[in-house]
Amino acid sequence: MAELLLKNVTMKFGGLLAVDNLDLEVPSGKILSLIGPNGAGKTTVFNLITGVYKPTEGTITYNGETLNGLHSNKVVSRGIARTFQNIRLFNSMTVLENVQVGFHCRTRSGPVRALFKTRHERQEEKDIILKSQEILDFFGLVGHQNDYASNLAYGEQRRLEIARALATQPKLLLLDEPAAGMNPKETAELMELIIKLRDTGLTIFLVEHDMLLVMGISEVVTVLDYGQKIAEGTPKEIQQNETVIEAYLGTGALSKKKKPEQQKNITRSRQHD
Amino acid sequence: MIQKELKKLVVYGAFLVIILTPMLGFRSTTFEPGRVLKILGIFMTILVLNIVVKFIRSQKKDDGRKKTPWTEVVRKRINRYPKVYTLGGLLALAFAFPMFADNYMIDVGITCLIYVCLGLGLNIVVGLCGLLDLGYIAFYAVGAYTYSLLNLTFGLSFWAALPLGIVLGMVVGCIIGYPTLKMRGDYLAIVTLGFGEIVRLVLNNWDSLTAGPNGLFGMKRPALYYPSFGEDGFTWVTYYLKSLPSLYYFILLIAILTIIGVRRLDNSRIGRAWIAIREDEVAAELSGVPTTWIKLLAYALGAGFASVAGAFFAAKLSYTNPNFFLFMESCIVLCIVVLGGVGSIPGIVVAAFVLIAAPEVFRGLENFRMLAFGGIMTTMMILKPEGLIPASRRRRELRADQEPPPKD
Repeated sequence: MAELLLKNVTMKFGGLLAVDNLDLEVPSGKILSLIGPNGAGKTTVFNLITGVYKPTEGTITYNGETLNGLHSNKVVSRGIARTFQNIRLFNSMTVLENVQVGFHCRTRSGPVRALFKTRHERQEEKDIILKSQEILDFFGLVGHQNDYASNLAYGEQRRLEIARALATQPKLLLLDEPAAGMNPKETAELMELIIKLRDTGLTIFLVEHDMLLVMGISEVVTVLDYGQKIAEGTPKEIQQNETVIEAYLGTGALSKKKKPEQQKNITRSRQHD
Repeated sequence: MIQKELKKLVVYGAFLVIILTPMLGFRSTTFEPGRVLKILGIFMTILVLNIVVKFIRSQKKDDGRKKTPWTEVVRKRINRYPKVYTLGGLLALAFAFPMFADNYMIDVGITCLIYVCLGLGLNIVVGLCGLLDLGYIAFYAVGAYTYSLLNLTFGLSFWAALPLGIVLGMVVGCIIGYPTLKMRGDYLAIVTLGFGEIVRLVLNNWDSLTAGPNGLFGMKRPALYYPSFGEDGFTWVTYYLKSLPSLYYFILLIAILTIIGVRRLDNSRIGRAWIAIREDEVAAELSGVPTTWIKLLAYALGAGFASVAGAFFAAKLSYTNPNFFLFMESCIVLCIVVLGGVGSIPGIVVAAFVLIAAPEVFRGLENFRMLAFGGIMTTMMILKPEGLIPASRRRRELRADQEPPPKD
């Protein structure tokens, strides 16, 4: 069953066609990747799903509910969380507080309860702290919980972003280039982490340039170029797809395409840019 | 090094002469070069002393130890005692104040405490939520006028008018907040400045309701009610808080409640959402924080606190007029927040006392009072850009170079 469904989604910025008539299906409980050259419209797709942009045309549905025109925070409370391409943590808040913010849409206490510090509010705050620490524990950040987010190492900041997204208790997690700027060891750890998350029942949809990661863990790969879907399939199928190689390396690369061995090297070389 | 410092001294001196020239006075009757020379002399002495200190410091060997600034030393010394003692001591001092102070000092104290309330209210909007509001005094005006009108027209007591004033203040806060939700920074500041002026001009020109620039007068003071068992049975006796000490204790209570309220909000789920919006609005929205609603809430609550202060202000003076709510007042409240340390409750309390009491202390300087006031503000900002008692978060932001570098 498809959880998230994009139908004929088009996004225009003035005259620029960023996403062109895209149909996309994110099946539940799988790891799905969206790849494509720079400027292909991958992040725009994420922004459309999470309500940052309103699609010019087409519909986005999640478990049968239409997401078009919803505020981003409503999309989040429907169970879709995301991370960002360039890390966007709340830098002057502590690690723990960053995760606590994620619980906002799952808790109720308003200003009146906070002013009078009712029993309910105190209980809720306690719960939030406990749950946040659980999440931080899962990401191996519990030792840093009182550090400022900006003092974490790069890889830790990436993990904290995922932790904050998880605090909103999503069913679908959108990761925007989670491995950007990571070294091979950190990437390997991230792959393990993503698989672990999938095993807890999350659906994971990621945009990524690191082909080792994409080919290593995704079950379905969708390729985007100039806002259009040019290919979809398992990692193996994508690696052998001529249109994909053309999109990434230009038409010249096709004439050299002879042995499958060579292609693997070609796709792998992408991780270096 | 000495040569460089001497050069500086000459430049500063020339600069001072230019600044002080207008003070010579151009009419023959007030021509008093001696006065200027006196001021020049004082400033030059300070500069010379500064050079001497610098020279002595440069002679001292740098022992490589990191020097802790004196504010840190004071903080550590205070933190050695349990917080209860510090707070209890301050509270006792605040309560004992009217016993040894004269009426003038108590009056200044009351004004300071009103500004503590205003500063803390604005702290919610500017400090926590990061929305630069230059028209904050409008809500103070709303509170003052609501109580005045309700008391004069319907004879409502302070306690009955207060909730209505708070609600009306919050509504006006939302009205001003709603159109500005998409704005940030400079643009927001200009729009709020405009709204603040609109409120004042409406009060100034709506003669039939607000009596225009004449103002309203004759409001009853806040009252306490206590039961009395006299000859004719059980009655409630009304005690109007007319004397300055009683008004002082009343505003002290309001200020303490405001401090507790703002502190609780700061540490709550809503407070975290405010800070998240200040840090990164997009990320906050995508972490499930309904930014629109939470920002409106910041405006409304900030306005509510100002409204309480306004109602007290009108009740205390028994008089109100639109000229109490000039743009300058908004500026002073903002200065309190910024000088005290954005987002820091103790900082704002201290800054309110410094900024409101300083012009009074300098009354002896007559015409140069505001000059000294400006000098204090400038010096404070240069020496401690993050505020007198910075919030722990803010300290990090502005003094990033002193933090240990991030691990890799």
